[in-house]
Amino acid sequence: MSAGSHDAKALVEVEDLRVWFPTRRAPTAERRGYIKAVDGVAFTVRQGETLGLVGESGCGKTTTARAILKLLEPTEGRIMFDGVDLSTVSGRDLRLLRRRMQPVFQDPFASLNPKRTVARIVAEPLAIHRQGTRAQRRERVAELLDTVGLPPDAAGRFPHAFSGGQRQRIAIARAMALRPDLIVADEPVSSLDVSIRAQILNLMSDLQQEFRLTYVVIAHDLALVRQVTDRVAVMYLGNIVELRSTEDLYRRPLHPYTVALLSAVPIPDTEAEATRQRIVLEGDVPSPADPPSGCRFHTRCWLRRKLDNPDICSGETPPLTPIEDGGGAVACHFPDEVRTSSERRETLVTIGSR
Amino acid sequence: MTLGRLRRLEEAVAPTRLSTTLESLRPRTFLEFYGVAVIVVIVAAIAAAPLIAPDPLAQDLTSSLAGSSAEHWLGTDNLGRDLWARILYGGRVSVVIGVFVLLTAGAVGVLYGAVSGYAGGMVDAVMMRIVDIFLSFPSIMLALLISAALGPTIRNVIIAIAAAWWPVYARLIRGQVIVVKEREFVTASRALGAGPMRNLLLTVLPNSFGVMKTIFVLDIGYAILAGSTLGFLGLGVSAPTPEWGYMIREALQYPTHWWFILSPGLALMLFVSAINFAGGIVTRSVHEDPGR
Repeated sequence: MSAGSHDAKALVEVEDLRVWFPTRRAPTAERRGYIKAVDGVAFTVRQGETLGLVGESGCGKTTTARAILKLLEPTEGRIMFDGVDLSTVSGRDLRLLRRRMQPVFQDPFASLNPKRTVARIVAEPLAIHRQGTRAQRRERVAELLDTVGLPPDAAGRFPHAFSGGQRQRIAIARAMALRPDLIVADEPVSSLDVSIRAQILNLMSDLQQEFRLTYVVIAHDLALVRQVTDRVAVMYLGNIVELRSTEDLYRRPLHPYTVALLSAVPIPDTEAEATRQRIVLEGDVPSPADPPSGCRFHTRCWLRRKLDNPDICSGETPPLTPIEDGGGAVACHFPDEVRTSSERRETLVTIGSR
Repeated sequence: MTLGRLRRLEEAVAPTRLSTTLESLRPRTFLEFYGVAVIVVIVAAIAAAPLIAPDPLAQDLTSSLAGSSAEHWLGTDNLGRDLWARILYGGRVSVVIGVFVLLTAGAVGVLYGAVSGYAGGMVDAVMMRIVDIFLSFPSIMLALLISAALGPTIRNVIIAIAAAWWPVYARLIRGQVIVVKEREFVTASRALGAGPMRNLLLTVLPNSFGVMKTIFVLDIGYAILAGSTLGFLGLGVSAPTPEWGYMIREALQYPTHWWFILSPGLALMLFVSAINFAGGIVTRSVHEDPGR
């Protein structure tokens, strides 16, 4: 999608965001338990850009998105939207803010009210925010349906009459109704048929150009992320491990986890696919209730094993550090070793990033 | 857009909601047909009572406890009142009780349960313990007590039964609301800026009625039965007003005059069972609802 220029102003600023869910209530702090879904995340979304959040299930990407939409309250940290601290707004001000940021959810079969017609679903934001008369709303709905490529007679029907792709178009039309600045899309195409995905992504891209939208797109499919994002934040267990421009991330990854993710990207060449060497991460993602010490990835890190398990990996948490040559940041104690590793070279050759 | 694509789109979209609902409400099995037919006949007869039956209150002691005749189709009761007329007018009382108990108990229960389930936490816990207290009494006991305290009028009978029944609906709706409020379109609505009132009334509630609908229709029958039970126990609608339960009670004193007890008993049985059979249609319709 359209590249946000580097000096564009920040629309969303996330500072040291933590979202912990209590698992055990207890009178004393030591006995309390938490799922640390998001544990110290910071990033900026620039006006007009598309930022991708990627990672395995449970890495905190959806929680981060919900916190941006103020559907969840941060345990700690701050989220600024266009200079306004989200935790300080409520009531009317919050409603005004909500007009400017809209969600698109993963499953269009779940995110549309089955008891309402498409016209009422698409007009719901207008009704909530008391925009226009009934006739004006009807006109706007027709306009929106046309924008997202649905026939005008869709208005009178119910969501169950539509396919997944059509439903996602309805969800996008709803999100566009108030002409928002930001759309937070949580896996917008992952529940759709592969043949439909490109259509929806193209639609989102067209809308971005036409209406100067800013997107935060959550995905776990790296191939898709490469296609649509300007910058990508790779998340692991509630932390950002690498935050880069999309091109840098795919051509010059600097975190062992990113390299491992790239080595799992499917490639169209069946022969190469069959013989390729994948970096297999051992074990499961550790529990976010009891994350590993130091670098959270150290328990599964291929590079740590290769370097003979240096103490620093399990002893010290690597901060997200700006990268010297070029933009972006990475949270690893040994980015230079990643850069020169044979694993990275082979991975990049296999997926054709070189 | 080419013509072919347009046509494909037209084929892809299903018929509108209303027509599918009406279609799914058509009776299909024999019992469903039977139920609907009996209800239609009974309701029509009750509505047309003044045209097809004499005065249900007119006494004629000279012809008390008479059998079937051209003048009195179903015979007369102990005071010589026409049983056919009393059955029809008694049916009016039953229908009024059935419908209004459901409306009252339903409205109170739905509102209470919806608020409880949507609020959650302590509010929910306290509200549900109150419901538990109500449910710990046998509902007919509760209705009897309330009816005895308020006095025997149709209005009070409705209040008494509704007071005993609303907790059932409250609990039912609460369970549904708790499930529905976690669904994604509710979160979506919240993210769009909808407040809790709008969310509950316009988004959560309309999607919480599925189970309730099926029980609701069957319960009309049981409300009629409950009204008659109160009448039978002498705590229902007061004396001169014809009411099926009270008629059965009166007839008990004249066991040799079988038509006296048979008419209200049969009327009650026919009506309530017909409602039960017809209720199957609603159950099926809810199951077939694609948007449920």
